[in-house]
This record gives sequence, structure tokens and C-alpha cells, in this order.
Amino acid sequence: MVFFPVADPLLRPLAASGRSTLAALGSVGQAWALFAGSFRAIGEFRVWGPMLLPQMARVGVASVPIALFIATFTGIVMSLQASYTLTGTIPLYFVGTLVGKTMILELGPALTGLTLAGRVGANISAELGTMRVTEQVDALETLAYNPLAYLVVPRVLAGLVMFPFVVLLAISVGIASGWMTALELLDMSSAEFIKGLRLFFAPWDVWFAVIKSVSFGAVVTGVGCFCGLRTEQGAEGVGRSATRTVVISSMLILCLDAFWAATLL
Amino acid sequence: MSIQLRDVRKAFGDKEVLRGFTLTVEDGETSAIVGPSGCGKSVLLKHLVGLLRPDAGTVFVDGQSVPELRKKELVRLRRRIGYVFQFAALFDSMTIAANIGMGLRRLPGWDPKRISTRVAECLELVDLNGLGERYPAQLSGGQRKRAGLARAIAASPKYLLYDEPTTGLDPVTTAVIDRLVLRMRDELGVTALVVTHDMTSAFRVADRITLLHEGTARFTGAPAEIRTAADDVLRGFVDGDPALYYGLSADRHGGQNDGA
Repeated sequence: MVFFPVADPLLRPLAASGRSTLAALGSVGQAWALFAGSFRAIGEFRVWGPMLLPQMARVGVASVPIALFIATFTGIVMSLQASYTLTGTIPLYFVGTLVGKTMILELGPALTGLTLAGRVGANISAELGTMRVTEQVDALETLAYNPLAYLVVPRVLAGLVMFPFVVLLAISVGIASGWMTALELLDMSSAEFIKGLRLFFAPWDVWFAVIKSVSFGAVVTGVGCFCGLRTEQGAEGVGRSATRTVVISSMLILCLDAFWAATLL
Repeated sequence: MSIQLRDVRKAFGDKEVLRGFTLTVEDGETSAIVGPSGCGKSVLLKHLVGLLRPDAGTVFVDGQSVPELRKKELVRLRRRIGYVFQFAALFDSMTIAANIGMGLRRLPGWDPKRISTRVAECLELVDLNGLGERYPAQLSGGQRKRAGLARAIAASPKYLLYDEPTTGLDPVTTAVIDRLVLRMRDELGVTALVVTHDMTSAFRVADRITLLHEGTARFTGAPAEIRTAADDVLRGFVDGDPALYYGLSADRHGGQNDGA
């Protein structure tokens, strides 16, 4: 794309915004091409099949410790803050309600999603970006491999499958840590906490969390692959791609979070 | 003729890298394209395997117009081409043996045993016996280049494209790689295109040499013709004389060098 220099200083901001718009539209077009190409590449099972399990381990299993660490402390804080807010006004067993409801509907999926945007998204982007700038992606093509089938499909599928498991685990641990906090620090009994937990519990809430986490998995891995494969200009470019992945996927996670709340609840 | 480029043009943004480049490589020939770094030699090679599409002009390999090939046809053509990358481009998460066997796994009729036998043959051909279980990071620069060559020849290609095979290597390792390039031609009968800025290497391996200058083929000839040609730009490149190459007077050039 060739841009012509704009001589009039008054028109320069307009020209700059035009260039940004064209660049953004170009990126949307490239993202669509990546999505369509990857969708077609699902047919090449012999290429991506053997890569799926290792990717599931990297995307999911390796993310469990950090997800559980965050969930544990979120549960503790939720329990203490709920008690602080409710004491003297509302029965304390509502601590269980608040911890359960917020962990399942919001904090479990959103916090885990944002954390994995940093851990998984940046990792994918840096890995594919390095492969791009060291010509390993070109090498794949010359060896008659479709890079989308070999690199993108197993990572995105691993994200789709593993994010819900990590999120459900994080929700469980978050609720458990809130429960332990209620027992040890708030002088509540297990019966009280569970009474609160069950009060407004709806099985649909869990499905809601699963749907959200599947979409977060697609966003984090998809954006990571997209930014990684577009990397240019060596190590600096790899760093830029990783940063861009975290920023874009975090923004998309928050947008999706609002979208699902508006459409599914 | 097996490789033919005619009036190929390619621009990146407003920078036109190729401005009507024309070249023919006959069957069984090893041809070298020489030129300074950044003049578009690697861009040219990437057109031959469909990694880049020309803005204008035609690119024929094995009688097929590369830019017009459908995806499956392009995959079939790529199986007949071995590509040796400038920095080897080995998959760093895999062993050397896995790297070499990577292309074979996509071919019908290649079971793990047959792949393993072929990998051992390729390692022997490039004198890397016993290093198959090492990772690319555990090899020297010259060994990595040889591993890249082994990967490129694993599927017994009809064509071999070398992108700066000797860049960054010491003179002795350069000679080893050059000998391997000749060995590939003599033992495997491949048609090869080598892009390099190393004239010693080009004289050693090529049947014909083309100087890529300002996006076009400035001069093409046998090594003997290149040595005796009167073309100033060619002389400037071959003898490493910037004043001749850039068409500058010695004084002006000296001033530019100081500035640089």
C-alpha cells in the first residue's frame, strides 16, 4: 500500500487517521483470512493431530498453578470483603452466596482469562514470532506443511478445550479458599457457608462460565497465533507481538465478558 | 529449461526490489546469483517456491507457472524443491534427525523405519553422522548449515535452492559447504540455484553466475567470463571496489566512507 505525503499541515491529522483506519481494516481482513484458513486446515488431521496433546498440556496443564494461585487469593479476599460489607446488615451466610456467585459468574472466568492472556497468549505469540523471524515458518511451507494446520489449529483447539477446565478448577479452588477463610477467620460454620452458597445457585451459571471460558480460550490462542505469525523485524518485533497479544486479548476478553453478560443472563 | 524467471518485478511498499529480473537455469546446472546484501537475492528465491508472488512477470519451475498454481499443485511442486535457508531455519524444538525427517513424514509410503534409514543416509551425506539426536542449539554454525542441507535433500528433490549457504562461516567451513554443493550436483544430479555475496564460493560451485544489480540481471556468464568481463559494476563487485561498483570517483567515495 502506497501512501502519498500530505503537504497541508491542517490535513495531516485527517491523513493520519485515514492511514490508521486503513491499517485497522487491513488487520481485520488478515485476521479473517487466518480464521478462514485455519478453519479449512481442520481437515488436515494428520498434521495437527499429533500436536494436540502436547499443546493441551502446555496451554492447560501448565497454566493450572498460576490460575489456582490467583483463584485462592481471590476466594480469600472475596470472603473477607463480603463479611466486611454484610456484617450487621445482612445474615453472614450470604458470604457463601457472594463468593460462589461472583467466582462462578465473573471472577473465575475473567481473572483466569486475563491471567492466561499473559501466560499463554504471550507465550504463543513469542514462539510463533521467533519462528517467523528465523524463517522456520517459511521452512514449514517449503516442506509442504500448511503452517495454519501445524501451528494454529492445535493451539486454538487446545485453548478451546483446556480453558474451561482451568476455569472450572479455578472456580472450585476460589470457592474452597473462600469457604476455608469463612471457617477460620469469620467464625462461620460450614453449614452456614454452604447454605449461602446454595441459596441462589443455578446450574446454568456453570454453563455460563464454561461458554465464557471457551470464548476466552479462542481469543487468547487466536490472537497469540495472529500476532505471532505477523511478527517482523527480529527480537524487537517478537517483543512487540507478545505485548500486542496481551493487550488485544485482554481488551477482547473484557468486551466478550460484557457481551455474554448482556446476551446470556 | 527447468527454472525460468522473466521480467519479474517485486516491490515492498514504495521500495522496488526487483525491476524486471530475467534468468534461466538449465537442467542439471548450478547457477549462482551474486549481489550485495539486501539487493533482493533471497526475495528472488522465495518466488521460486511460492513464498512470495511477483507483482509482474513470470516464474516457471519444472514447466509450471508458480504464481498460478493451486494450493495442492504448489505442495506437489515444493516436494520437488529443496530449500536451504540462510540461517538453516531448523526447528529448534526438534532434534536434527526429526528436522531431517520432517518433510518425509508428509510423503505417502514413508513409515518411521524408512524415514529413519533415509535420515541416517542424509546425515552421512553431509558428514554429520552421530549428531542426529542433538538439538540445533547444540551444533556449530557450519553444522547447522549442513543439517539444513540434509533436511533439504531428504526427499530427493530435483531442485535445490541455496540462500547464502556460506554466510558467516570461516573459510575452511565455507570450502566444506561448497564441496557439499558440488557433491549434491554430481551425486544427486540436482539443478541448483545458489544466491550468495561470496564470490570465492560462487566461482567454486557455479556453472554460470548472474550479478543482480538494482533489481535486474546486470551480467550473466560462466565463471571464466565473469573473471574477464569489462563491465564496471561487475568488476567493482568481483574485486570488492566500491568506487567502481557504485560508479563514484575515488575521492567522492572516500568521503562517503568517512561519513559512514
